Amino acid sequence: MMHFVEGSIAVAQAVRMCRPDVVSAYPITPQTHIVEALAEMVAECKLDAEYITVESEFSALSACLGAVAAGSRAYSATTSQGLFLMFEVCFNLAGMRLPMVMTVANRAVSAPISIWNDQQDSISLRDSGWLQFYAEDNQEAADLHYIAYKVAEDHKVLLPAMVCFDGFILTHTYEPVDMPTQEEVDAYLPRFVPLAKLDANDPISFGMLATPDYYMEFRYANDQAMHQSKEKIREAGKEFGAKFGRDYSAFVEGYRLEDAETALVALGSLCGTAKEAIDEMRAAGKKVGLLKIRVYRPFPVEELAAALKGAKRVAVLDKNISLGSKGAVALEVKDALYGSGIPVHDYIVGLGGRDIRKRDIARIVELAEKGEGDLFYGLRQEVM
Amino acid sequence: MALSVGCTARPGKSRANRTGAWRVFKPVFRHNKCTKCGICSLVCPEGCIIEQEDEFMIPDYDYCKGCGLCAEECPAEDIEMVKEEK
Repeated sequence: MMHFVEGSIAVAQAVRMCRPDVVSAYPITPQTHIVEALAEMVAECKLDAEYITVESEFSALSACLGAVAAGSRAYSATTSQGLFLMFEVCFNLAGMRLPMVMTVANRAVSAPISIWNDQQDSISLRDSGWLQFYAEDNQEAADLHYIAYKVAEDHKVLLPAMVCFDGFILTHTYEPVDMPTQEEVDAYLPRFVPLAKLDANDPISFGMLATPDYYMEFRYANDQAMHQSKEKIREAGKEFGAKFGRDYSAFVEGYRLEDAETALVALGSLCGTAKEAIDEMRAAGKKVGLLKIRVYRPFPVEELAAALKGAKRVAVLDKNISLGSKGAVALEVKDALYGSGIPVHDYIVGLGGRDIRKRDIARIVELAEKGEGDLFYGLRQEVM
Repeated sequence: MALSVGCTARPGKSRANRTGAWRVFKPVFRHNKCTKCGICSLVCPEGCIIEQEDEFMIPDYDYCKGCGLCAEECPAEDIEMVKEEK
């Protein structure tokens, strides 16, 4: 049924229908509305879960880690500094192969302090062993939670998953969102069956010591699980499409890309703006298209290379910067296109909530056509 | 030992695991000048130097970490530390 809701509420409702046993989170802007809504649902007995209040994000994710190890379905949500406080626990969940889902309401990181949107926070966790999904709109943000649990908990995967959606731009925006019924979600997402779990009568420890003779093999197994998740994402996305009419089996999605000379690449809500800009440029006779990356981890190297193979040039819009290097997405797009001869230009955009308007996208396409790239787009020279 | 998913372990793993894999040098018991005094067995921090039926001592390489205390303390200087290539 179609609801007109705020993005955070759409996500909270989706999480409720995923039936988590344990929710533990610490409120932080712009994630707050999600966890406020979940706390209210628990208080009003609309969600049968333990809501564990904690003093920090480190504890929030640690509580979730323990909950998953005990065989529960766990959920958390955070952003920016909160995610960074979880850094160590993130790697532990992945290494212990404990699946859970966490929403990241993407926000810039300190210092300087900023509550506004970019994607530096979750991109910085790209090496942590979590699956990462990026949503373009609130429908996608809500839907990806069902898929994320289904994939994460598969015994061939057993990895935690982040569903990332842009802070304020999506979290605080009202959009129509089609919500399934609880029965439909139950039919799609079965209960979590742990491979191993904490049990006082049958003790087990997670994440034990691995000597140099074993450590590399564990890391390899972790990486293999990440690669194996691709098949499961495809399956879960397709099944979701068959049941709910929105197919998420593709890792990347092209928009007017078929004969595009300039292909833009982006993650998240920026894709919506880019599509509008592309329609205007197409109307003016310019052959421009977009490749949206929905699944960033595992990184869809083959899918991306296949989708971009006809482009004359690629312009990557990075809402992050690996300081001293380039935008993280551009680096991986370059890797995927290595040897193709297609030039990849990187544009650092929208950091700390700087608006990216349709005319900015058009200007970036012009820069790419001239071969000018690998730059921070739209710097205000007058303040520098 | 095969890897477990998530590096899980049941109790008693310190006995099941062959922790001797840490070793760089291994003690080789020559049994040439050995007087069967048993000091090597007493000083072994792992308690893995075991007296045989013939009263000679031999280390259990599954657990020996190669610390070298036995070789250092052997009054007969009959234990040699040999570099172990893996």
